[in-house]
Amino acid sequence: MKPPPFTYCDPESVDEAVALKSEYGSDSLVLAGGQSLLPMLNMRLARPEVLIDINKIGDLQRIERWDDILEVGAGVRQYELEDHQLVGELVPLLPEATGYIGHIECRHRGTVGGSLAHAHSAAELPCTAVALDATVVVRGPSGIRTIEARDFFQGRMTTALEPEEVLVAVRYPVTPQAAGHGFVEVARRAGDFALAGAAAVVNLGEDGCFTSVSVGVSSISDTPVRASAVESALIGEAPTENNIARAAEEIVPSVTAADDLHATHDYRRHLASVVVRRAITAAVARAHERRNGT
Amino acid sequence: MTTSKASTTSIAAKYGTARRTVTVHVNERDVTREVSTRTTLADFLRDELGLVSVHLGCEHGECGSCTVLFDGHSVRSCLMLAVQTDGHTVETVESLAGNPAELHPIQEAFAEEQGLQCGFCTPAMVLRTKEIIETGRDRELTDAEVRHEISGILCRCTGYQNIVRAVQSAQRRCRGGGRDA
Ligand code: FES
Ligand code: FES
Repeated sequence: MKPPPFTYCDPESVDEAVALKSEYGSDSLVLAGGQSLLPMLNMRLARPEVLIDINKIGDLQRIERWDDILEVGAGVRQYELEDHQLVGELVPLLPEATGYIGHIECRHRGTVGGSLAHAHSAAELPCTAVALDATVVVRGPSGIRTIEARDFFQGRMTTALEPEEVLVAVRYPVTPQAAGHGFVEVARRAGDFALAGAAAVVNLGEDGCFTSVSVGVSSISDTPVRASAVESALIGEAPTENNIARAAEEIVPSVTAADDLHATHDYRRHLASVVVRRAITAAVARAHERRNGT
Repeated sequence: MTTSKASTTSIAAKYGTARRTVTVHVNERDVTREVSTRTTLADFLRDELGLVSVHLGCEHGECGSCTVLFDGHSVRSCLMLAVQTDGHTVETVESLAGNPAELHPIQEAFAEEQGLQCGFCTPAMVLRTKEIIETGRDRELTDAEVRHEISGILCRCTGYQNIVRAVQSAQRRCRGGGRDA
C-alpha cells in the first residue's frame, strides 16, 4: 500500500505543466487534490512514470465572474465552493452539491478539476456540470480548447481530455435569479458513493408553469446523464406532484448500470426516478420561495 | 507514448531526484528532512518523526484514522505526499498537551465521556474535534450535527454515542474555558 516510484514534478505555471504533459503524455498523470489518485497509487492501480503535481499553480486557484459566466479554476478546493459568497449567489446548485462529496477531510484537499477529470459516474461535480451546461476548459500544446460538459464525459471514467492536455477551469453559466435548484442523493451512509443522485434547476413562467428544466443524474450509467426526456415532459406543464412524478419516470430507460455490490439494476431504476422527482420538487419549492421573496 | 531515458533525466535534473529536502512546521517546530518523493505524509510523520498517533487503518482514504491538520484543515495523511508539505504546517495529537503527563481539555472530555475503547480512531477524532471547535459555531452541536461532522472517521468500537458526548463536552470545556460534569 505504498505509491510506486515516479519522477515528481511540481511546476508553478500552467505553461510548464502543459509542457510536461506534452512531453510525457499518457506516461504522466496530473496530481490535483489526490483524493482519488493517491488511493490508486497506493494500490498500484496507477503507475505513472512522471507525476505532475499542480498544487503550486496559483493561476488554477481563481474563482472569477465575467459577464454571465462563473469561472472556477481547476485547482480550487471543493470545500471553498461550500461557503464562497460569489459561488453561492451566482450558481447556488454548486455549493449544495459539493456538500455531498465524500467527507470534509476529502473536500479540504479534493479539487474541482480533479473531480471532473476523474469522471466517476457517481460523483457530484460531473453530474452538476452536466445539469448546469458547464464548459470544461483544457490547455494543450496548441492552446486552449473548450468542451461542453455533456461531451466531456465519454465513458466509464473516460473524458475527452487528451493525454497531452491539462484541465484548467470550468465555466458555469450564471443561474437566473428566479430559478430554483435542488440536489438529492441516496447513499447507504453519509459520504458514500451515491447509489443514485440528481441535480435540477428549474424556471417557472408568469403562469407558474415550467419554462425550463435541467436535470443531471449520477450513478445510473457510465457517465453522468442529462435527463432530456424528463425535461421535455415538463416544459409548459404545471409543477404539480403528479406531473413531476410522471415525468421523473422518463429517466428509467437511461439506467444502464448493471447489478453491483451496492445495488441491483432494478433498484437503481427505481432510485433514478425517485431522486429525479425529489430534486425537481426541491427546485420548484426554491423557485416559489424566490418568487415570494423569502 | 514512449519516453526516452534521456528526457526523464532532464526532468529529474530540473526537479531534483526521487528525493527532496523539505522543511515542514510540525507541532510548532520546523523540521527539515530528506524524503523520498513517493513517501506519504502519514509514513513521514510516523517513520521519520516518530509521531505514531497517526494511525493507518486502510492507506487509501476510507477510514480517516490518519487524519491530521494540514494548514489548520483536517486531511487524510495517507492521501498526501510528504513532499507536498514543504513550507506548510502540520499538527498531530502530540501537539495538544504541554507534556505527556497532561491532557488537553478535548482529551479530558474523551476520557471522561469514555469516547474511546481501543483508541485507534481517537487521535483523528480529537483533531477533528479541535477543528470543529476552532472553525466553531458558538452553540453546542446537536447529536445529529456531531455525527455528520465526524462521519469521515470510522470507529469500530464505540458505536459513536460516547464520542458524540465527548465532542459536545469538549465544545463546552473549550468555550467556557472551564470544566463541566
Ligand atoms: S489510513 Fe488514511 S484514511 Fe485510512
Ligand atoms: S475506539 Fe476503537 S476504533 Fe474507535
